[in-house]
Amino acid sequence: MSDPVTSSLLSVDARTRKRNAAEKRFRFYGLSAIGAGLAMLVLLLVTIFGNGLGAFQQTFITLNVPLLEGKLDKSGERDLEKIKKVSTFGYAPLMVQAMEDALAANGIETELKGKKQAALLSKSAAADLRDFVINDPSMIGKTVAFTFLANSRVDGYLKERVTRESIADDKSIDAEQLDLVDALVVAGVIEKRFNLAFITGADASDARPEAAGMGVAMMGSFFMMLVVLALALPIGVAASIYLEEFAPKNWITDIIEVNISNLAAVPSIVFGILGLAVFINYMHLPQSAPLVGGFVLTLMTLPTIIISTRASLKAVPPSIRDAALGVGASKMQSVFHHVLPLAAPGILTGTIIGLAQALGETAPLLLIGMIGYIASNAPDSVASGLLDPNSAMPAQIYEWAKRADPAFYERAWGGIIILLAFLVTMNTIAVLLRRRFERRW
Amino acid sequence: MKDVTMNKIKISANNVQVYYGDNHAIKDVDVQIEDKTVTAFIGPSGCGKSTFLRCLNRMNDTIDICRVTGDIAIDGEDIYDRRVDPVQLRAKVGMVFQKPNPFPKSIYDNVAYGPRIHGLSRSKAELDEIVEKSLRRAAIWNEVKDRLSAPGTGLSGGQQQRLCIARAIATAPEVLLMDEPCSALDPIATAQVEELIDELRQSFAVVIVTHSMQQAARVSQNTAFFHLGSLVEYGDTDTIFTSPSDPRTESYITGRIG
Repeated sequence: MSDPVTSSLLSVDARTRKRNAAEKRFRFYGLSAIGAGLAMLVLLLVTIFGNGLGAFQQTFITLNVPLLEGKLDKSGERDLEKIKKVSTFGYAPLMVQAMEDALAANGIETELKGKKQAALLSKSAAADLRDFVINDPSMIGKTVAFTFLANSRVDGYLKERVTRESIADDKSIDAEQLDLVDALVVAGVIEKRFNLAFITGADASDARPEAAGMGVAMMGSFFMMLVVLALALPIGVAASIYLEEFAPKNWITDIIEVNISNLAAVPSIVFGILGLAVFINYMHLPQSAPLVGGFVLTLMTLPTIIISTRASLKAVPPSIRDAALGVGASKMQSVFHHVLPLAAPGILTGTIIGLAQALGETAPLLLIGMIGYIASNAPDSVASGLLDPNSAMPAQIYEWAKRADPAFYERAWGGIIILLAFLVTMNTIAVLLRRRFERRW
Repeated sequence: MKDVTMNKIKISANNVQVYYGDNHAIKDVDVQIEDKTVTAFIGPSGCGKSTFLRCLNRMNDTIDICRVTGDIAIDGEDIYDRRVDPVQLRAKVGMVFQKPNPFPKSIYDNVAYGPRIHGLSRSKAELDEIVEKSLRRAAIWNEVKDRLSAPGTGLSGGQQQRLCIARAIATAPEVLLMDEPCSALDPIATAQVEELIDELRQSFAVVIVTHSMQQAARVSQNTAFFHLGSLVEYGDTDTIFTSPSDPRTESYITGRIG
C-alpha cells in the first residue's frame, strides 16, 4: 500500500506514467498505420490519374477531303453495292490530296512526299472515311471537312510521350514529320480534344492504339453484371433465408455453413476452371460469352452475398420474430413481413459490394476466353449482348497493359479510371441505400 | 392444490415435461388455469416459469432442441395434437413479451397487422374500428390517437408495452400470456399496465409471469410457485401469500430463497 501522505492526486506515480506512455505509443502506432495507408492511397490515385487522364484526350487532324466521284463511284449511279467495292486503298489518295491541300492552304512547305504526309493520320483513317461515305453516299462529289484520328506517334508527340530523341529507332515517324506536325499545330489543323470514342468505342488492333476504346468491353461487363444480379441475388437471398430461418441446426447445415465460408475464400481462378469445365466443355455454351462470364462470376459472388445476407438477417433482433409469431404470423410471414424488410439495407449493400467485386474480377475470365478477344462491334440486342463473344473492363485493361506500344499503356491507365469510376459509383449507391433504408428500433 | 373454482377451466395442463436437449427443464407440471382470471407464475430465475408459459402457445416450437411431452388442453382440445396448427393457436393465445417489441412500423400498422393476416376485417373501416377498440382497451388510445401513423418504436417504454398489449388483443384471443411485461418499465408505467391487466381480466384468461411478488399479489387471483422446474404450489393468491403450505414457497415469499 502506498503511503497516504505521498499519494497525492496532483502527482502522477510511476505506474500511471507507464500506462499513459503505453497508451500514447499505441495511439501513435494507429495514427502512423492510417497515415501510411492514406499516403499509399494518394500515391495510387496520383499515379492512376497522372498516367490515365491522357487517354481521355486524343489528337485529331481536320482536313477538307475532296470525295471525288471518279475515284469512289465511277458509274455515278450511287449504287451502294458498287461503292462498297472500293476498298480503303481507293480512299488513300484522297487523303494524300487533302493533306497537300491543307499544307498549301496554310502556306506550309515540306520536302516530305504525300504518302509520308498522310502517315500522320491514323491507320484507321481510310476505313473511317470509307464508313462515312458508305453511310451517306450523297456526300460523293463534295468536299467534306473530316476529322481524322492522328497517328498514335503524333498523339504521343503532342502528349510529350514521343520526343525527338525517342524516335531515333522508330520507323513509323521521323524528325521531318514532327516538323510538319509542329507547323500543322500552329495552323490549327492538328489539335488535342476530349475523346468520347475512348469511352464508347471498341478495342482496336495493335497498330492503331489511337482508335482503341472501352465501350464494347463495358457492354460486356454490363451484361455479365446483369446475369450476376439476376442469378446471385435471388439464389443468395433464398439460400440465406432458408439457412438462417428455416433449416434445422444439424451437422448437414453445419457442413453447408462451413463450406459457404470456405467458398468465399476460394481463389477466383478456380471458379474460372469450373466454368470452363462445366459451362463450356460440358454444356457447350459459347466461349467468350458474357453469359458464361456471368455464370462464373455468379458462383464467385454467391458466397459473399449469402454471408452478408445471413449477417443482416442475424442482426434483426429476435424480439421482432417473437412479436410476429406471437400475433399468429406464420414463419414465412414473420420472415417476409418483418425480418426481410429490416435486413434489406444490409442485403442490398452486400449485393452491391459483391457485384463491385465481380466487376473488377479478371482471373476467371482468362479461362473462359474473355481476355484477348477483341469485339469490334457493340452488341445490338440483349441476346447478342449475352451470347456474342466479348471482353470485360478489367480484361480489356489487362489486354492493353500487355501490349508493346506505350500508347496502349496510357489507355490501360485510362481504363482503370473508368473502372474505378464504376466501382466508386456502385459503392456510393450502396452507402446511400443503407442510409436511406436503415431503420432503428 | 386449489379445488374450489368459481370460473370454468380454460387451460388444463397435465404431466407436462419440457427438455432442452438433455436438460429436464420442466418436471411433471399439472396446472388448471381458470377463465377470466389472472394467474401469476412466480419463482426464482431459471425455475422454468417462462418456459412453461411459452408451452401454452407453442412458442417453444421455434427452439430446435426443445421437446415438450404431456397434455396441455385449451377448452379441452390438446394443443400439441398433430392436427393443431401453431399459427392458428397463437391467434387464439396472444402473448406480450418481457421487452416491449413493437414492429418498426406505424402505431396503426402494429395493431392492424394481426387482424390483417388473420383476415378479421372485411373493410378499412372495420380494421380502423378494431385498431381503435384495441388501443382503447389497452388504455393508450388517448395518447396516440393523433399520431397513428407515427412509428411505434418512437413511443416511451410504457406506451410501447401497452401498444404491444393492444397488438396482442387485436386478434381477439381467448388467452393472454404475459412474460414479465413490466420488468423493463418504470413504476408509473408498471402501475398503468397492472391496471390494464385487471381490466383485461373481464374478457380473457390472463397468465402473467413475474419476478415481483408484490405484483403477483396485486394483480392475480391465482398464483403458481415454480422452483427448479417443478410446480411447488398452486392456489388462491391470498392463500399462497398468507399461508403457504410448502416450506419452499414460504422461504421464497419471505425472501430466503430466490
